[in-house]
This record gives sequence, structure tokens and C-alpha cells, in this order.
Amino acid sequence: MAIRDWPIKRKLTAILLLISGLVLLLTSAAFVTYEVVTFRQTIRSQLATRSRILAANSTAALAFANEADAREILGALKYDPHMVAAALYDRNGRILATYPAAPSADLIPAAPQPDGYRFEGGRLVGFTPVAQGENQRLGTLYIASDTKAVSDALRLSGVIAIVVLAIAMLAAYALAAALQGRISAPILALAETATAASTRQDYSLRAPKFGEDELGALTDSFNQMLGRIEEQKQELQQHATRLEQRVAERTKELERRALELQAANSELDAFAYSVSHDLRAPLRSIDGFSQVLLEDYAAQLDQAGRDSLQRVRAASQRMATLIDDLLKLARVTRTEMRTERVDLSGMAREIVLDIQRTSPDRQVEFAIAPGLEAQGDSRLLRVVLDNLLRNGWKYTGKQPQPRVEFTAVDENGDRVFVVKDNGAGFDMKYADKLFGVFQRLHSSAEFEGTGVGLATVRRIINRHGGRIWAEGIVDQGATFYFTL
Amino acid sequence: MNPGKILLVEDNPDDVTLTMRALKSHNITNDVVVAQDGVQALDYLFGKQGRSPADDLPAVVLLDLKLPKLNGMEVLQRIRSEERTKLLPVVILTSSDEERDVIDGYSLGANSYVRKPVDFVEFTKAAQQLGLYWLLMNRAPPSPRGP
Repeated sequence: MAIRDWPIKRKLTAILLLISGLVLLLTSAAFVTYEVVTFRQTIRSQLATRSRILAANSTAALAFANEADAREILGALKYDPHMVAAALYDRNGRILATYPAAPSADLIPAAPQPDGYRFEGGRLVGFTPVAQGENQRLGTLYIASDTKAVSDALRLSGVIAIVVLAIAMLAAYALAAALQGRISAPILALAETATAASTRQDYSLRAPKFGEDELGALTDSFNQMLGRIEEQKQELQQHATRLEQRVAERTKELERRALELQAANSELDAFAYSVSHDLRAPLRSIDGFSQVLLEDYAAQLDQAGRDSLQRVRAASQRMATLIDDLLKLARVTRTEMRTERVDLSGMAREIVLDIQRTSPDRQVEFAIAPGLEAQGDSRLLRVVLDNLLRNGWKYTGKQPQPRVEFTAVDENGDRVFVVKDNGAGFDMKYADKLFGVFQRLHSSAEFEGTGVGLATVRRIINRHGGRIWAEGIVDQGATFYFTL
Repeated sequence: MNPGKILLVEDNPDDVTLTMRALKSHNITNDVVVAQDGVQALDYLFGKQGRSPADDLPAVVLLDLKLPKLNGMEVLQRIRSEERTKLLPVVILTSSDEERDVIDGYSLGANSYVRKPVDFVEFTKAAQQLGLYWLLMNRAPPSPRGP
């Protein structure tokens, strides 16, 4: 794991150990160095002291060049195991005696060197003047000691330093482990709270506070933030609840209205059904028995009587037509719309063929533009075209060259369908009455009709989300425009 | 076998009179049996309360839809569900022009659906054509074996 990914606890412990280790190491190095330097100085001065004593003892032997005495004096050095070699030189630099008695050549320099004590080639060597009185030099004493004592001392202080270092590091680790908690615990608690809050989305949690330091301030800020989130969440929830309530209320209201509408619709259905069934039956009786009278009692009736009966029959048949038209109008509102692509040109041609087939005696010129299409309910649109084309056909009845057109124009991006005739037309004063139920601008004597057709047409157009309007000039024709 | 009776199921006496007149005036001499509601019609076809039916089946049933007690659709349903009458020609003869009734009628197995015209001349023509067609031209289904 990379160091930056270590847990904070480990990082803190590592930092503490690193610092204390470094400090201890430097201290130990200083200690060992000081020990060694001090010890070298000590053994040098010891060697100097011993040399001076030995030199003082050697004056007689050297003054009389007594070799045996000199050798004896030097032989006392055997009690110090560190002493490696020694020699006495006379005034002329010749060797008078050596220790050990027969030393190897490299142990003892051939001639005395300048006075003094120094470490040389792993040994401590010293040249001490041997003098009688103040200024009468008799010769030189040479002593060589090994430095084992120094290395022993060095080893000892090294071992001490390592042991101290180890104990100190252990103590430092224990202390670090115990004390890092002061810093890491608040951070860990904060981290734990943050994680819990974000994973469980529980903003009522609060991080525990351990003190008034910067971490304490951070904990406070974090807790405040959680508090604000909690408040906002509650507010949001309240809003949502209120919204849900309102939606539920509205839904209920809508459902209630839908039920009402359904009830109204089924009432209307029942009404229409009963109209279609029950209102026609008496008409059939009226018409039927009038006909019976005309057939069976024609002899007893004069012309006026027969005429009256014919009028009764015509009226009842007219009422039947009215009922049928009204039912059609009601059905237009009730039937479900099925939207599809409708070929209006083809539909218009079929209607025209039907008109021409049922009334072959009239010659009306129909001009139907090809390729007119629309999106809508084909059955309802057929009712629209049927009404408009038949109207055109009907109201051109007194025209010597009757003509009906079905075309379309584009107006402000909207497709506007146009049915135009050159028939009776109408006065624009009454244009707004054109589409009302039972509204007629011509008498039945002039042109037959119930006044329901255009009302039906407008209702269908409205159900398609379109508009219908008309323009007319009396005796010159009418033009109907509609969009879908 | 008694050839060609018409069972007219019709509650309106005016309509009964006019229908009879229309049929008779065109030399359709067959007997017309009138049932004034759905129950009477079924009694005629299936017999009343355990008694066996009085006559053989009619050649055609002219059935109005809006009837007291049992309506025309219910009568038609019953006719089609009985072994004895399931092939019996039934013509719905009604004032209703509702698409719903037309669809329901055919769905339940009506052989024809005729709307009564208000114009009595037209009505007479329709009745005459119905009589001629169903009594003379149409080949009736074989009479079912008695129970």
C-alpha cells in the first residue's frame, strides 16, 4: 500500500517513530563519539604518566649504560597486557634494552623519533625523554601499547547505545500508539459519521466532539452542515408530502368527475337509445294509420281530407328524420376517436359517386383536388365531407351550371381544406348562425334540411382540434374552410 | 308439417296491427302468431311450465328488441342456446339504429337485422319482402326430432 493510502493511525505512529528514532540515533552517535574520544585521551595520558615514571626509574641504568638493569625495568611492563613493546635509547640513539627481550624488527623503531604520544598503525606509541636534573638528557624511552582498550570501550558504548535505542524506540512506539489517538480519534469519528450519513442518508447523525481545537471546530462545522441538510431534507419531504396530498386530492376530484361524466354519458346513452327506440314508434303509428285511412277510407274523404292526411304523414316522416339527425349529432360526440391517415380526396370521390348514383337526374360538376390527406377518424371525417359536399350539391339546385370544388390551401403553415360551391350562398350577417343546431338560413320550401348537418360537422371538426368557418355571397355561392 | 308460420314478437299493438296489415295485404297467407313479450315468445317455442310446445317451430321469428320482461337480445340468446331452436331463423325487426344493437344482434346469431321505417309505405315494402323471402325463398333448416 502506498504511504499516502495508509490509515491515519499508522501514518501518525510512523511519523512519531521516525522522528524519535532519528533523534535517538543522533544522540547515540554523539554519545559514542564522545566516549571514544574521551577514552583515547585517557589512555594517552595514562601512557604518558607511565612513561614518565618508567623514564624516571631508568635514569641510573641509562647513565651507567647498565643493560641488565634497563631490561629489568622494562620487563615490569609485562604486568600490563596492553603493552606491546618498549625500548630505551642512549644519548646517541642506540638501543640499550628492549621489551620483550627479543622483539620482532617492526615493533621497535631503529632510532628514537621526536618526543610525544600518538596513535600510529593501530597502536599508541610514545617517546619520552630520559633526563637527569633539568637539562641533562640521557636518552629516550619508547613504549607501544595496543588500542584494544579503545575498541573494547567503543564496543561497550556501541552496545549500550543500541540497547538504549531499542528500549527508547519501544517506549516511543507505545507512547505514539497511545497518544496518536488524541489526533486520529476525532478524525476517524468524523470520517465514520460522514460515511454513515452518506451511505444510509441518515442526516440525523452527529459526529462526537473531542476538544476545542481545530478538529473540534471542523466537527462543529460538519455537524452544522448535517443539521442544515437534515432541515432541508425535512422541508423537501414536507413539500413532497404536501404535493402528494394535492395530487391525491386532485386525482380523487378527477376520479369523481370522471365518474360523474361516466354517469352523465351512460345517462345520455340511455337517453339516446330510448329516443331512437321509443320516439320513433308513435311516429310509425301516426304515419301508418294515416296511410291506412288513405288506403281504406279514401272514398269517404274529400281532397282536403286526403291532403291533410298527407301532411300528417310528411310531418311525421320529417320528425323521424330530425330524430335520426339528432341521434347522429349525439353519436358524433359519444363515439371514440380512432386517429389514422385518411385519404380525403378518395373519400370525396366515393361520396360524389354515391350522390350521382342516387340522383342521376341532376348534373353537378364536382372538382376534387387529388392527394388531399389528413390525420383523423375516417368515419367522422366521412360525415364532414358527406355533409359539406351534399350541401354544395343541394344549394346549387337552382343554378344553371352547378359546380362544387374540394381543394386545400396552406395558410400560415396550416393546411386549410376548402369546399366551395356556386349555389344559393348566404348573407354574411348570419354567418355565425350557420353552425347552430336547427339553424337554417333557407326555408324548407326552398331547400330541404333539418339544420343539424353543419352543427354535426362543426362538432366533428372541434373534436379533431380544428376550426371551421364559412364565407358566402347571396346567389353567388358559399365557401367552407376547415382545418384538422 | 305445418308450412311457414311467422312468430311476431312485438309489444306495441299498433306495430302488431300495421305489421299484420302489411303482411296480409300482400297475400302472405301464413299464420302469424303474436307474442307480446319475451316470456310469451319463449313459452310458444318451448312450452309453458313443462307442457310441450303447442306447434311446430315457426319458419321465422320477427323479433323486436325492446320488450317487457325479457328483452329481444335475451330471447335470441335463449333460442340459440337450445338444441331445438338453435338453427331457427331469427330476424331482428326494431326501431333501433344503434350500432351497438346491430353488433350485439349479429353476435348472438341473428340471421338478419331490419330497421322499421317510419314511412308506412316503406314499412309495408319491408314487411312484404321479409315475408316473401323467409317464407318462400329461404330453405328452412330441417325440423329437429321431437324430444
